[in-house]
Amino acid sequence: MAVPILKQSHYLIATIQSALTDQDFVQLRDALVEKVGRFRSRGVIVDVTALDVLDSFASRTLRDLAYMIRLRGAHTVIVGIQPDVAFAMVQLGITLSDVSTALDLEEGLTFLDNVESTT
Amino acid sequence: MTKTINHESPQQGVRVRIESDTDLVSARHAGRTLAEQAGFSSSELTLIATAISELARNIIEYANYGEIQLELVHNANTSGIRIVATDSGPGISNIEQAIRGGFSTSGGLGLGLAGVRHIMDHFDLESSSGSGTCVTVTKWKL
Repeated sequence: MAVPILKQSHYLIATIQSALTDQDFVQLRDALVEKVGRFRSRGVIVDVTALDVLDSFASRTLRDLAYMIRLRGAHTVIVGIQPDVAFAMVQLGITLSDVSTALDLEEGLTFLDNVESTT
Repeated sequence: MTKTINHESPQQGVRVRIESDTDLVSARHAGRTLAEQAGFSSSELTLIATAISELARNIIEYANYGEIQLELVHNANTSGIRIVATDSGPGISNIEQAIRGGFSTSGGLGLGLAGVRHIMDHFDLESSSGSGTCVTVTKWKL
């Protein structure tokens, strides 16, 4: 299932709608990395509110996505990790390393605006 | 592509064939649904679904295909869910190493089995080089 990617001014917003397969995650990563260039975006928000599981593969792919976007000159913020998902990730030792996260879409946009104004 | 979810007994057990990453999503969903019947809390349901995801991914990565069996189990005090992940892949030559954190031969995060063992009440791994792998885990309801 393809994840819709919305362009809003100089940000891209990808809102995951339902459980994704590994392949879907890889496609999302590649689509965002490409679109950041096409739209000359400064920031990317990945909204995972709808996900009930973030396992090691999903986390690794989100982390790779954030690093690749960074190498393309933009910032990524993951928003909407649910409390149960956060609990499971901590229990299983799954991390997003130093990838930026925010509570929800609104906080994510504020975060990117702040990054923009300080760089 | 064939995908079978045989309901052996709709209340007690489910068997999910694992051969592609879409089966992983099915296995997760089947496990969550079954564990819901046992009355697990929402955070435990997420833990169980995540553990199933890791076990199913090990099957695809190391053995290409296999099976996840899910069943409800009961003892005198409580009920729980048992997850059995079976494959006939290359097997694990160094079990100690595989269940210790930070080790992976597939380039993953190396915390699949160690993480799963950490969150489950019972963990059993049977494997030898060349004869496949069977991981059995049980989570009891608090």
